[in-house]
Amino acid sequence: MALDEIYKEVILDHYKNPRNKREMPEAERTCSRNNPLCGDEITVFLHEEDGKVLDVSFVGQGCSISQASASMMTQAVSGKTVEDVGALTTQVRGMLTGDVEPDEETFGELVALKGVVKYPVRVKCAALAWDVLEEALTGDGAAGGASPHR
Amino acid sequence: MSVTQERSAGLDVARVRADFPILERSIGGKPLVYLDSTNTSQHPRQVIDAEREFYERHNANAHRAIYFLGEEATDLYEGARAKTARFLGSDDSGTIVFTRGTTESINLVAHGWGRRFLKEGDQILLTEMEHHSDIVPWQFAARDTGATLRYIGLTDDGLLDLSNLEDLLTERTRILCVTGMSNSLGTLTPLPELIDAAHAIGALVLVDGAQLVPHRGVDVSALGCDFLAFSGHKMLGPTASGGLYARRELLEAMDPFLGGGEMISEVFHDHSTFNDVPWKFEAGTMNVAQEVAFGAAIDYLEGLGMDNVRAHEEEITAYALERLAEAGARIFGPTDVAVRGGVVSFWYRDVHPHDLATILNEEGVAVRAGHHCNQLVMRRYGVPATARASFYVYNTTDEVDVLVESLAKAERVFGL
Repeated sequence: MALDEIYKEVILDHYKNPRNKREMPEAERTCSRNNPLCGDEITVFLHEEDGKVLDVSFVGQGCSISQASASMMTQAVSGKTVEDVGALTTQVRGMLTGDVEPDEETFGELVALKGVVKYPVRVKCAALAWDVLEEALTGDGAAGGASPHR
Repeated sequence: MSVTQERSAGLDVARVRADFPILERSIGGKPLVYLDSTNTSQHPRQVIDAEREFYERHNANAHRAIYFLGEEATDLYEGARAKTARFLGSDDSGTIVFTRGTTESINLVAHGWGRRFLKEGDQILLTEMEHHSDIVPWQFAARDTGATLRYIGLTDDGLLDLSNLEDLLTERTRILCVTGMSNSLGTLTPLPELIDAAHAIGALVLVDGAQLVPHRGVDVSALGCDFLAFSGHKMLGPTASGGLYARRELLEAMDPFLGGGEMISEVFHDHSTFNDVPWKFEAGTMNVAQEVAFGAAIDYLEGLGMDNVRAHEEEITAYALERLAEAGARIFGPTDVAVRGGVVSFWYRDVHPHDLATILNEEGVAVRAGHHCNQLVMRRYGVPATARASFYVYNTTDEVDVLVESLAKAERVFGL
């Protein structure tokens, strides 16, 4: 099976069977944004304690790339320290702009998003969940979230 | 690449296609199937040559130079203006202001007429199918003058809901701004009826002709609209060409839009007087080469005959609507081609438009996916975005077949 096919399967799998797709009413940190180009929407919920992300979930609607990226993001950051999440976010952004060559050890399934680099318009779709995650962690993060990115 | 020989009520599409160099391109080994003319159209050799020839042989600034080259440039530029006036049914070149397109034209009216004449409590009537370029400038004007915006709504079938038009057109309504053809739904609006109703209560009418002019043509003297905005790049002309038709009395009464050279008569320390219309609205060096080439685009369309353009488009649109419906696509907007131009927004099964467009791209098919600068329309029909295929003089029914076959691929990939 060609590399492309495998990674397409990963994205499709996360799109059809999203992980951690649920509301989290008890979350202390939450943020919502949408991609004005096409209407992709992501809301991220975070439960953080002692500098660690104990629970993370998302809700949203949109294209396969945006939703799969959100699902993969929740799996990747759950249990990590806030610093490590920040570092991973930077790496993922770098991969999406073609500046960072991803290795499977650090990135795991996230490597599947590398194909997005070929389609600059879709980079925004893939990055959305990570932008929302970052804003939830570093913004004032009050429940209710930042205003939608229009 | 083989090309279908089609005779469509007089439009020889094979011959037309041969005039468009870009149609020779292939995308990843597949023929380019360009179905996004509503976004921007392609350019025939004749238009490209006109622009190049201007730069190679006639380039000078218009209206400035006393030397022979300058006179040539001016004649070509003003000649394009006269051509535009004739094409739109106006016998007065002074009613045509060149701009870089519909968006700029509407901003010009919202500023030059809107800010000058609107007062607190006045009403601007728009429709929910307006493009953002016919909404946002009016929001600015309303904010600055205290006028309010009201909207004609949409029916489930993608037509204007005129059931409460009498309530929406009040004695405070100063202007009705309406698209002649929706760029997402394809709807052809009942302009004569709307213009009559608006004029009866003393309101002006601005028609957004960005789609209407290229695809159906407009005769402003028959239609009676007060303003008509249009874009060159949507009708085979260069980007940054196009303009505004407005009744002369209106242009004379309006404030200028941009200030600077050419639009003035005399300049003093603290004030200036202004040039006659339409030059009052053309500050600085205009897109001279582009407007000259826009004139060539008009020549080309007149050569094809707008009746033939319309008939060809109706045929392809009817075919596309039928095939897409057969394939199980959800189509937005009216299904009757008598009130629908060659723009088809659709959802295919549950495939998100962005994903669909990506897969279609791999088959060489170019469609647009997104909100098409019609967020009010998207919200009205409960979708974040749609895929959109649009047709113009160089498209064929074979290309519609390629589009529909590519949809099947999307179904396979997403297994939905």
